Amino acid sequence: MSNKNIFPKWSNVIPGFVAAGLGLIGISVIFVFWYWFSPKHLEVGYQPHQPIPYSHKLHAGELGMDCRYCHFTVEKATHASIPPTEVCMNCHTTIKTDSPHIKKLTESYETGKPIEWVKVHQLPDYAYFDHSRHVNSGIGCASCHGRVDKMEEVRQVEPLSMSWCLECHRNVEDFVRPKDKIAEMDYHSENQQVEGEFLKSLYKLAPREDCTTCHR
Amino acid sequence: MDTTNKMDVKRPELIQGNMSFEQLTDVVCKPVEDKAPKMWFILMAGFSSLICLLLAMIGYLVWDGVGVWGLNQPVGWGFAIVNFVFWVGIGHAGTLISAILFLFRQNWRTSINRFAEAMTIFAVICALIFPGIHVGRIWLAYYMFPIPNSMAMWPNFSSPLLWDVFAVSTYFTVSLLFWYVGLIPDLATLRDRSKTKVKRIVYGLFALGWRGANRHWQNYERAYLILAAIATPLVLSVHSIVSFDFAVSQLPGWHTTIFPPYFVAGAIFSGFAMVLTLLIIAREIFGMKNIVTIRHLENMNKFILATGTMVGYAYAMEFFIAWYSGNPYESFAFVNRAFGPYWWAYWIMVSCNVISPQFFWFKKLRTSIPVMFVISIFVNIGMWFERFVITVTSLHRDFLPSSWGYYSPTYVDVLTFVGSFGLFFTLFLLFLKYLPMIAIAEVKMILPEANPHHHGDEH
Ligand code: HEC
Ligand code: HEC
Ligand code: HEC
Ligand code: HEC
Ligand code: HEC
Repeated sequence: MSNKNIFPKWSNVIPGFVAAGLGLIGISVIFVFWYWFSPKHLEVGYQPHQPIPYSHKLHAGELGMDCRYCHFTVEKATHASIPPTEVCMNCHTTIKTDSPHIKKLTESYETGKPIEWVKVHQLPDYAYFDHSRHVNSGIGCASCHGRVDKMEEVRQVEPLSMSWCLECHRNVEDFVRPKDKIAEMDYHSENQQVEGEFLKSLYKLAPREDCTTCHR
Repeated sequence: MDTTNKMDVKRPELIQGNMSFEQLTDVVCKPVEDKAPKMWFILMAGFSSLICLLLAMIGYLVWDGVGVWGLNQPVGWGFAIVNFVFWVGIGHAGTLISAILFLFRQNWRTSINRFAEAMTIFAVICALIFPGIHVGRIWLAYYMFPIPNSMAMWPNFSSPLLWDVFAVSTYFTVSLLFWYVGLIPDLATLRDRSKTKVKRIVYGLFALGWRGANRHWQNYERAYLILAAIATPLVLSVHSIVSFDFAVSQLPGWHTTIFPPYFVAGAIFSGFAMVLTLLIIAREIFGMKNIVTIRHLENMNKFILATGTMVGYAYAMEFFIAWYSGNPYESFAFVNRAFGPYWWAYWIMVSCNVISPQFFWFKKLRTSIPVMFVISIFVNIGMWFERFVITVTSLHRDFLPSSWGYYSPTYVDVLTFVGSFGLFFTLFLLFLKYLPMIAIAEVKMILPEANPHHHGDEH
């Protein structure tokens, strides 16, 4: 009988290995896509070069300027404005006028041709986002943009993925802060849990999760 | 008291020609072991070029988007859904024949179950293509499955479209397993008879070391019974759930409670018609007339007659309820179906599905090969039109007359459908060439020699 066997005896274990292997491959493919192909890995850290090396670290950090001095529509509109050259010229008509970068600013000011800043944070067109709604509900810039006051060049630090949006919408109490502190970069609550719950009920926050909130 | 009639009318044997076990094996294995006939190669070339057509059309669709189809407002569901339901419906005969008839101990099923199951699997493969490609951006088709993703998004479990994904994939898996388990003893037969090393290894691989030992048969029979029991409710559930895709939405023409039984009857109807079409050709070409006899074909015709009449009843009942409910929108939808812009589709459907099977009331027509062949083709056509009528006529008259429209398919729609036939028949030809088209082991069990009373039942 033995020579009639087509396959050796050890081949009996192969089906088990094949099944286990296929299962493992399936799980790893899902894991790879879920983990590495998500905005968390593909978008966080995006830091394009700007035409003028304008530094938030210097202006917002060391000089201590308020975000809303430049991004002045942030409390009133969906988009936070990128300041026009005129805003810079409030100071730079006199400060560092000999620097080549400031010369560029002056040129833009005189010709009226705006500086072409490169956009850093970008949501897809099908997602609706409103700054004023968040900033006026006690959500600080730092919750979504990180410590901009420490960045020489702005970098994306949060994934801006849907699950990220939802994580806050589901647990606002972990993020909410007093409305007068929204532009404060180093704000830290001693007891976020208690204060968060308090502010949530004070501001009557109930962020929505239904699809049409963000996909309209 | 024993009421059975001892002088019962003697029915013809299921297997004709007084074959021995060995002859039977020879007959069934012949197409697999002989060199393929020229005709096989010609058909294969034809059908596989249709597959190329299918792939080209899908490629164009993916590249350009669903705009290449004829879909638009208000008809957002067209050929893709029609073809999906059509193919899934065809895929119903297999499991019915193999599972339900098995549980009811209908011995005549053994000659046709392998064939019908193969057809089921290939039809479901064709069906699965359409929902897969109609999503538009097909690389996002994984949204249909509960897989973790950066949207924190989970499939919508209250949507019948999701139930459909699970119903059809379960059905496919169980049918495939059922078919494969049934194949194992026959694969071992082919392995033992094969002359070349490659064949021996390939068939041997899939025969899973079957030696026909007593223990093997015991396990086999138990597995087969369990699978039959699992498959039986699926026959009813799959097409019920397919019908929910329509019935759960609130559209006149779709929103009716008769849909699940009506769809199941229609599915069995179309499935038997397709098995019949294929079987008539195959038994002719491969000389299986003694195994697949007129009695088998007649039994299938009876199924077609019964289910066709049920479908006709459902058509009538839809009209009755539309009138009886007093709902003007519902009535409009049905009157418009029969006499509106798509009247031609409606009447093709009625003549093929309701009128043509009625010929099977007559034994003469029921047992005539040409008649049943023609009717089976008509039923196939009619059942495709049924899905077309349900999908398109309910949509093309929207609630506001300003948004009424007329749907016509584009050439891409049509050629994709044609291409799916190429896939179906190519798979079928491969099956006929490489696997035994009749369940050898099971047919042997119903031969007179297999009956323990074989030599003594006359006394
Ligand atoms: C002196 C004016 C000024 C001040 C003050 C300022 N910014 Fe900006 N900000 C800019 C300019 C100019 C840009 C565009 C160039 C760039 O991206 O670096 C910018 C870009 C940004 C961006 C990136 C926008 C994009 O393209 O996605 C963020 C986020 C941002 N600022 C946040 C802040 C925050 C938070 C503060 C307060 C801590 C702040 N800014 C203070 C001028 C300012
Ligand atoms: C509140 C006044 C003020 C405003 C408004 C302001 N800056 Fe400045 N900026 C300064 C000061 C102060 C310095 C530091 C000068 C030094 O290093 O001696 C500086 C430095 C710079 C430098 C570095 C120049 C170099 O060569 O070292 C750049 C570039 C610059 N600013 C760009 C901008 C731009 C672009 C804007 C408008 C979005 C802007 N600044 C708005 C006060 C301002
Ligand atoms: C809830 C999260 C969140 C908060 C809080 C928030 N931002 Fe943003 N910010 C975003 C997102 C998301 C974008 C990208 C918007 C888009 O592409 O439409 C963005 C974009 C920007 C931009 C680029 C211009 C634009 O609107 O597209 C600037 C500048 C900016 N934010 C500044 C700020 C400042 C300053 C604050 C605080 C006052 C702030 N943001 C608070 C999420 C936030
Ligand atoms: C750090 C917390 C936080 C993050 C992150 C966040 N949100 Fe919000 N969102 C809120 C709060 C708080 C509100 C206000 C809820 C209220 O007033 O009841 C809100 C409200 C909104 C609204 C307005 C809903 C309405 O009723 O009009 C939209 C739209 C919205 N968020 C979109 C987004 C999107 C898109 C993102 C991700 C890019 C996002 N949010 C990320 C906290 C957040
Ligand atoms: C809080 C805001 C928010 C809510 C609520 C929300 N989404 Fe989103 N959604 C987003 C954002 C932001 C993105 C873009 C994410 C990215 O760029 O990676 C997105 C992306 C998506 C995408 C991916 C689209 C594509 O083409 O890749 C789908 C699908 C989606 N959302 C579906 C839903 C559904 C379904 C719901 C309701 C259950 C929902 N969303 C609710 C914010 C939201």
